[in-house]
Amino acid sequence: MTQLTDIARGEEVSGHRPWPRLRVTPQSWRTLVNEMAEGRATLLGLWGDAGEVHMAVVGETPRDVIVASLQCPDGSFPSVGALHPPAIRFERAIHSLFGLKPVGAPDPRPWLDLSFWNVQHPLGAGRPAPVARSTYEFLPVEGEGLHQIPVGPVHAGIIEPGHFRFTANGETVARLEERLGYVHKGIESLMAGATIARATTLAGRTSGDSTVAYAIAFAHAVEAALNIEPPPRARSLRALMAELERLANHFGDIGAVCNDASFSLMHAHCGILRELVLRAAATAFGHRLMMDRVIPGGVTAELASDGIARIRETLAELRQRFPRLIELYDNTASLQDRTAATGIVSAALVRQFGAGGYVGRGSGRNFDARKDIAYPPYDRLDFTVPVLDAGDVNARVWIRIREVEQSFALVEQLLAQLPEGAIAVAVGSSSGERLGSGEGLGFAEGFRGDVLAWLRLDGGRVARCHLRDPSWLQWPLLEAAIEGNIVADFPLCNKSFNCSYSGHDL
Amino acid sequence: MRRTLFESLTHGPLTEPPPMRDDAALAELARSVERAARRLLGRSLAIREVDAGSCNGCELEIHALNNAFYDLERFGLRFVASPRHADVLLVTGPVTRNMAEALLRTYNATPDPKWVVAVGACAKDGGVFAGSYAVTGGVSAVVPVDLHIAGCPPTPTQLLQGLLSLLEGGAAA
Repeated sequence: MTQLTDIARGEEVSGHRPWPRLRVTPQSWRTLVNEMAEGRATLLGLWGDAGEVHMAVVGETPRDVIVASLQCPDGSFPSVGALHPPAIRFERAIHSLFGLKPVGAPDPRPWLDLSFWNVQHPLGAGRPAPVARSTYEFLPVEGEGLHQIPVGPVHAGIIEPGHFRFTANGETVARLEERLGYVHKGIESLMAGATIARATTLAGRTSGDSTVAYAIAFAHAVEAALNIEPPPRARSLRALMAELERLANHFGDIGAVCNDASFSLMHAHCGILRELVLRAAATAFGHRLMMDRVIPGGVTAELASDGIARIRETLAELRQRFPRLIELYDNTASLQDRTAATGIVSAALVRQFGAGGYVGRGSGRNFDARKDIAYPPYDRLDFTVPVLDAGDVNARVWIRIREVEQSFALVEQLLAQLPEGAIAVAVGSSSGERLGSGEGLGFAEGFRGDVLAWLRLDGGRVARCHLRDPSWLQWPLLEAAIEGNIVADFPLCNKSFNCSYSGHDL
Repeated sequence: MRRTLFESLTHGPLTEPPPMRDDAALAELARSVERAARRLLGRSLAIREVDAGSCNGCELEIHALNNAFYDLERFGLRFVASPRHADVLLVTGPVTRNMAEALLRTYNATPDPKWVVAVGACAKDGGVFAGSYAVTGGVSAVVPVDLHIAGCPPTPTQLLQGLLSLLEGGAAA
């Protein structure tokens, strides 16, 4: 099978681990874009740097990953989005944040920059922003009997802010256009020059519901860059936290989807299950969401003395309560009527976008970083990755249900074979030699999908770090999922995706 | 479903006794809240949550207030969908520049008398995000704040303590 390194030609950058980074020519860049456009490779991420753009791509086998870098001497690069639509929002963000221009891009409008900042291209040249605010043109919609419904940024529920512009024909949605960026906090600029400890804190607050997943992905990147290996016990404790996080979020989501179909009984009971998990996490690790527990080199917290017993006890209760809720979900016709055949995403679209998590796996894309990247300790754990083909709200609920069952089994295995020993190794050397430099790429499978972290360390500090939330590749598919559905089914579709605003907006 | 519903009748509730109110929060509140306004609203408050740039951690814990363990509504506190129905704005996040205008508009859409409760470490002063080009640096940079609830994120118990202080502050003031 052809490897990406056979296709992309360029000088390999030394000190980039564990996958190669190549400085490619514009021609080689275009070849890679072509591979993606023709479905032989998948875009993992696309981000800016000082006078350079980086593109992470995965080939036909899941561990065939490369980062291709293209110098932009004149401040521009050949558009990826022109041939491969999943890149469009990445490029718009690169232009807004760095000022690097994608030549031939199909959509030149800004992204993340809503014209409220004092500075233009904050990660690039950083010029003062023009005084007059620019207006944002939504995509034109033509046709008889159409009306628009603007929603947000402040939404009706206790949820994150974003703007949705619906164009509807009666009840039916003809187009949804998303406008995001409201919770942009400038995390990447805060990370530039930060110590590893400070950057870890920020990574853990990129998307609060996935704080463990982000911390693991970030730790993987740092550990790759510095070529260090966390102790086996730390690996297992991380996975234990990651599975508890997955359980809590999946319970919350399953209940919330049912709630948006006005079936609040499921919501109430799933809320109880979620709370039980968070309480077990608080007992075992000292924090309900397990924030700041995973750090590069290992974990900060040893399991509390009653932690294992508490998790086992909780697991027993969950195992007893959950099956009856699945039965309730499966046997309630009025609920099935709402979730089945609603918000369908095609397998082709999911594959093209390389969407991960329940969005991808509900539409037939079999990718899970725990299995496919197989980072420890998952390489020695026994579990399966559920995949369904229907692509509707119901399928995304069932993926979560099946993953809950898998996580039960994973937690049991992790507790049964918890290695002894240290929970962390020191990051960087203590002997006065040049502190850690290098580049690393890391993944972690959060409840929502694969989180990507890339960074360059210079003298023990973060020179540049990019975090790609799985939502980047899922949000655009929500626009597709709602098309042809009724407006009233949007909350249901949206909740079945449960994309992150904060993780996306950075 | 019948079994699940029947069980709710035969089993005791999961709901926990209310926590002690937070005296520090109470002291802060006593300074900022008029007793007369509270008397006007009685013990029932409608809350509108506004995420002004949080990482979503605070929202998760605010959500938890509605679960069976904390059961916020038993105190007469409930979440509403519109600022026009609200007495209290519960604001999270460091207030990103991109959300500042939306927060201000939400505040202006909330009828008087009203209170603003800033939730979480970054709502206080920007927290870990302070200093970024993209954040204003806390809720009080945009709208007047009556009460801070600390924590990253605050636990549901801490949130309850803060909100109960808001309810009972008038009597103690």
